[in-house]
Amino acid sequence: MIPVGFDYRRPDSIDAALALLAEHGDDATVLAGGHSLLPVMKLRLAAPEVVIDIGRLAELNYIRVDGDEVAIGAGTRYRDIVVSDVLAKECALLQAVTRTVGDPQVRHRGTLGGALAHGDPAGDLPAAILALEGTIVLRSPRGERKVPITEFYTGIFSSVKEPDELIVEIRVPRTGSTGWAYEKFTRRSNDWAIVAVAVVTAPDGARRIGLVNMGSTPLRAKATEAALAEGRSIEEAAALAAEGTEPPADNAGTPEYRRHLVTVLTRRALQTAAG
Amino acid sequence: MRPRAGLVSRPMSILGTRVVRTEDPVFLTRGATYTDDLTDERLTGALHLTLVRSPLAHATINSIDVEEARNAPGVVAVFTGADCDIAPALLFPAANKAMVRPFLATDRVRYVGEAVAAVLTEEAYQGEDAADLVDVDYEPLDAVVGMKEALKDEILLFPEAGTNTVTGMHLAKEDPGDELFADCEVVVSREIVNQRVAAAPLETRAASAYWGEDGRCTIFCSTQNAQSARDEVAAWMGMDAKDLRLILPDVGGGFGAKIGADPEFALVAWLSKKVGRPVRWNESRSENMTGMVQGRGQVQKITIGGDRDGTVKAYRLDVVADAGAYPRLGVVLPMFTRMMAPGTYDIPKVFSSAQVVATNTTSTAAYRGAGRPEATQAIERAMDLFADEIGMDPAELRKKNVIKPEQFPFTTKGGAEYDSGEYAKAIDLACQAADYEGLRAEQARRRERGDALQLGIGVSSYVEITGGGAFVENATVQVHADGTVTVLTGTSPHGQGHATAWAMLASEELGIPVEKITVKHGDTDLIPTGAGTMGSRSLQTGGVAVHNAAVELVELAKQRAADVLEANVDDLELDKANGSIVVKGAPGAKSVSLADLAGQEELKVFHEWDAKKPTFPFGAHVAVVEVDVESGKATVERIWALDDAGPILNPLIFDGQRHGGIAQGIAQAMLEEVVFDPEGQPLTATFADYGIPSAAELPSFDLVSMETPTTINSMGYKGVGEAGTIGSCPAVHNAVIDAVSHLGVRHIDMPLTPVRVWTAIHEAQKESAK
Amino acid sequence: MKVEITVNGERTSHDVEPRTLLAHYLRENLGLKATNIGCDTTSCGACTVLVDGESVKSCTVLAVQTDQQSVTTMEGLDGAAQGELGHPVTKAFREEHGLQCGFCTPGMVMSAISLIEENPDLTEKDVREGLEGNLCRCTGYHNIVRAVLVAAGKDPDAAQRVEAESGERTMAPGFSTGEGDK
Repeated sequence: MIPVGFDYRRPDSIDAALALLAEHGDDATVLAGGHSLLPVMKLRLAAPEVVIDIGRLAELNYIRVDGDEVAIGAGTRYRDIVVSDVLAKECALLQAVTRTVGDPQVRHRGTLGGALAHGDPAGDLPAAILALEGTIVLRSPRGERKVPITEFYTGIFSSVKEPDELIVEIRVPRTGSTGWAYEKFTRRSNDWAIVAVAVVTAPDGARRIGLVNMGSTPLRAKATEAALAEGRSIEEAAALAAEGTEPPADNAGTPEYRRHLVTVLTRRALQTAAG
Repeated sequence: MRPRAGLVSRPMSILGTRVVRTEDPVFLTRGATYTDDLTDERLTGALHLTLVRSPLAHATINSIDVEEARNAPGVVAVFTGADCDIAPALLFPAANKAMVRPFLATDRVRYVGEAVAAVLTEEAYQGEDAADLVDVDYEPLDAVVGMKEALKDEILLFPEAGTNTVTGMHLAKEDPGDELFADCEVVVSREIVNQRVAAAPLETRAASAYWGEDGRCTIFCSTQNAQSARDEVAAWMGMDAKDLRLILPDVGGGFGAKIGADPEFALVAWLSKKVGRPVRWNESRSENMTGMVQGRGQVQKITIGGDRDGTVKAYRLDVVADAGAYPRLGVVLPMFTRMMAPGTYDIPKVFSSAQVVATNTTSTAAYRGAGRPEATQAIERAMDLFADEIGMDPAELRKKNVIKPEQFPFTTKGGAEYDSGEYAKAIDLACQAADYEGLRAEQARRRERGDALQLGIGVSSYVEITGGGAFVENATVQVHADGTVTVLTGTSPHGQGHATAWAMLASEELGIPVEKITVKHGDTDLIPTGAGTMGSRSLQTGGVAVHNAAVELVELAKQRAADVLEANVDDLELDKANGSIVVKGAPGAKSVSLADLAGQEELKVFHEWDAKKPTFPFGAHVAVVEVDVESGKATVERIWALDDAGPILNPLIFDGQRHGGIAQGIAQAMLEEVVFDPEGQPLTATFADYGIPSAAELPSFDLVSMETPTTINSMGYKGVGEAGTIGSCPAVHNAVIDAVSHLGVRHIDMPLTPVRVWTAIHEAQKESAK
Repeated sequence: MKVEITVNGERTSHDVEPRTLLAHYLRENLGLKATNIGCDTTSCGACTVLVDGESVKSCTVLAVQTDQQSVTTMEGLDGAAQGELGHPVTKAFREEHGLQCGFCTPGMVMSAISLIEENPDLTEKDVREGLEGNLCRCTGYHNIVRAVLVAAGKDPDAAQRVEAESGERTMAPGFSTGEGDK
C-alpha cells in the first residue's frame, strides 16, 4: 500500500518551513520521522497535498538544560532521548517512557515533536509530558507561544496547535533520576498500551500521574494525586485512579477492564516510584 | 537446548547428523527469490493487477462504474464480473452445489475482501490510485457471522442452496444420547471455542502469468503444491492441464494456507490472455488478512464421563465448523477432528458429530495441524476438566487412560489405526524434564501465600496423523557424468529444507557428498506429478521416495558396472567413500564410478512410493505460565516439548520445525484471533491488530527427545511439521487455567488475553461470593 | 524528483515520485530484491535496512527522505556479492538455523546488525526485546535468538540457561518496562 501522490518540500530552516506552512495551510502536513504520518498515509487515511519534511533540521535536534527545565528540540529522535546523558540525570522518566515506544527501528526515526503533534491518546509520550507538566513551544510567522501540555489537547488527535504552527521545542522540569515509574501494559511488546501509567515526583515533592489510553486525550489521575496530597496511602489513592476517565472499548479491553487495570498499574507505579 | 544428533542413528552415516542447510548461502546473501522478486524475461512488460475488493460482508451489487478508473493514468484495462468468462466454481467438491464462487463478483458479495473488479496498470502505484476510482453501488444485506447464527438459516448466503449448511459429509451414526454416559459416576460437559486464526505467512499471495506463442500458459505462483494447483486452475479455466505450466519460485511460508490454487491465480492467467500481456499480482498484507484462507474456527461441545478412580469411560465431541463464505478445504477438516477425537486415550465409548456452515467471512482451509489440533484441544481440555472434577492430578489421569505400548497397532473408536507409540513414557519424560513435582510444590507455595503472580502448569498428551490423504510421492535421482546429482521431487518445500534433507538421503545411498547434489521441485513441466508439502507428509512420502530411488539407482549402476568390470552383479557393491562400484572384498581391484557410468549412458531412476497409510507421531508437552491475577496477564515462562516423529534425519531441521510449531501453538493459545464484528467487518485485518508474537513474547523452548519408528515405511520416519503446534497449544491453554483454577475458574476460551483472564477471575470471585 | 542515495557503497540516482517508499526504490529502481515487504503497518520489519548505520523499516521511509544518505541492505554485507557469508550475523544465522522460508531473514539480519552495534553485551532478553520489531512465522525465534547471541560473541546455551533460570520473565505485565535499549 502506498500513499496518494503529494508534493514534497524539504525546507532548510525553521523559518522556511513556517513559510511553507503559512502558504499551504490545511493542505500541508509536516513530516518529521514519519512514523505516525506515513502509516496513515499508506492506508490512505490521510492524503495531504503537500508534505513538508523537517526531519533534517539540525536546529530542531537538541537536548539541553535551560534553567529549571530541560529543553528538547521537537525534531529529537526517540533514540537520541534514550541515550541522552542529560535526560538520564535530569528527567529519567521521559527517557524510560521513550524506550517503550514502538521498536528499535521506530525509535531510530520517530521524534518527540511528532508524537506530541500526532496526539494519540494511546501514545506513551503525551501522557508522560502531561505527568511532567511540560510545555509545548509553538512557532508560526506570527511569533512564538508556549502552551502548557495541560492546555494543549482538545480531543482525540486534536490540539490547540494552529495549521500554520510548528512544534519547535518541548520543555520539561528537571525531575531528576529517581522518584518515577512507568507501568505500561500491552499484549505484545511493541503494541500500543492497553493502559499505561506514568508517575513522577514534581520539584515540589508532589506525585503527578499521567494516564495513557484512558480517554480521548491523555489524562491525569487527579483524584489519586489529591488523595496522596492529603496523605492517604498508596493503596487508597490508587483505587481512585479511574475517576474522571472515559476509557475506550476495543479488542484488547472493555472500559470496565481498563478502569480496573488503571488502579492496579497506578498502585504499582506509585510503589515503584516510592522506591 | 543445542540440537542433538538423532538417537536412532547409524554409525558413519550422514543420516541423523546436524547438516547446515544448502539453501542458506543464497538466502543470506542476495536473498531468496519469491514470486514478486522475479525478473524472468518472460514477464518483461508485465501489467500489474490491482483488485477492487468489497468493503461489505454481505450485499447485492446494483452497479459498478469503472469509467473514471479506465481513464486514470497508466490504466490499460478494467474488468468486472460481467466481463469474466471463467464460470463460477465449486471450490470444494463435497460442498452444496449452489455454493459456487465467481472469480469476480457479479450480483452479490459474501465477505469483506471479495474481488469485485480487476484493474490492470503499467505501474503498481497507478493500480492503487485507479482502484480507488472504481465506484461500486452496493445494497447492504444483513450478515451471518457466528456459526450458531448460520445454523438458524434465517439469513442465507446462497438463497438457491436453501441452507447455510455446507455439506452432509460429516453425518454421524445414530446418536446414542445420554446412553453413552449411563455407567459413568462423573460427567463433565462444556462448550469451548477453537477460534479462527490467520496462517499469515510472511510472504503474501502472489502470481504472475504469461501466454506463449504455442498457446500454453505459464503461471509463477506461491503455493505448497504446484501439480495440484495446476490441475485446479486448469479445471476452473476449462483448459487441458497439459497447456498449463506452474513454476514455483521460492515460497515464503505457507502453513497450510497455500495448499492448492487460489482463484486469483486463474484470474491472473485469464487477464493475461485477455490483454495479451504478462500480468503480475502480489497482494498487500491488508488484502491477505481477508483474502487468504484462514484456519480453525470451530465451536465444540465436549462431554467426558468416567469414574472417580480416574477411569475415563466415555467421550463425546460435537463440532460446528465455519467454512466462511465460499466453502474450501475447511469443509473436510472436521473429518480429522472426529477421527482424532479420542487422542492418546483408550476410551471405550466415543461419539462425535460435525456440521459445517457458511458465514459472511473469509473462507477457511488448512492451518498447521488442520483438524487435528482442534481434536487435541478438545480432548486435552476435557481431560483437565475431568481431573479437576474428581480432584486427580492431570498428568496422572492421562497416564492412567492412555493406550499402552503393547496395544499397538491400535484401532481407535475414531476409526484411526495408530501405528506405534509410547504415550505414558512421553508424559513421564516431559514431566521429568520439567521437574513436574517441583513445579507443583512451587505452585502450592504461591497459592498458600496468595501471590499476585500465580503459577500454572499445563500438560498435553497428543497423537496426530501425518502423511494422511496423499500417500503417493515420486522422486527422480540422476547422476551426471561430472559427478553431480540431480534430485527431482514432488514435494514442495517453503522453509522445510528439502534441498538439504533430500540431498542427505541421496548422499547416504550414493556416496556422493551433499554439496554435489541439487534438489529441484515445483516446475510442472519438469516434474509433472507430485502431491506437494502439507500435512507433515514430505519426509515419510517424498523423502522415502528419494531414498528408494537412490537405492534403485545403485542397483542399476551395479548391473551396468557388471559389464564394465566383467564381474558378477552379486559380487559388486558401492564404495560410499568415493561413489564407485567395486568388487566386494577386493580392495585395489578395478572399479567404476557412478559418474563414469553416467558418462556412458544416462544414469537416472524414477521411483514412485506409495506409503498406503499415514503415520501417527505423538508426544507430550509441559507448559509453565505465570498469571498476574490482578491484571489477568498470562506469560508463558517455559515449555518442555517431547515430539516423537520416529528417527531424526537432520536434528537441526527437525528441531527448527518443532520450534516454529510450538510458537504457533502458543500464539493461538495466548494472542491470535481473527475477529469480525456483527456486520462481518474484520477487526484484525493488519499486523498491527492481529496478534502474531514477536521474539519478546516467547521464551526459548526446551526440547525432549524420543524416537519411536513407524512400521509404515522402511526408514521408520513420521512427520514433524505440525507436531509442535498440536502439542503446545493445549499445554499452554491448560496451564493458564491451572494457574487460576484455585480461584474457581474452570475454563477460558482462547486467546487467553489479559481481559479474558481477568474477566474469568472476576466472574468466579463474584460467583463464590454469592 | 531526483534523489541521490548511496546504497551498499554505490552512488545511485533516480527520478522518483515523492511518495516512492524506500523499499520500492531499492526493489524496483535498483533491483535489490533481498529487502521484502511483509505488511502495510510498520509491524513486521521484513523491510528493515540500515540508513546511516541504523535499522529502519524501509516501507515507512520515503526514498526522498534518504536523499544524500547511505543505505545498506543484506546484499551489501561482506562477501554477499560473491555469495559468501562474510558477515558474522549471516554466518551465525546459517550455523544456528536461524531461518526457514527466508522471507523475514534480510530484515532480521539487518536489525540484528544494528542491535549488536548499539549493544555488544547482549543477554537473551536483550536480543528478544531488541528484535521486537521483526516478525518471523517459521522459526519461533528460538534459533534466531541463538544466532544473534553467537554473532555477538556469546555462548547461546549459557545465555538461554541464565534466562530460563533467572525468573526475569516473571515480571508481568509485559516486557516494556523501559529497561531495554540502553
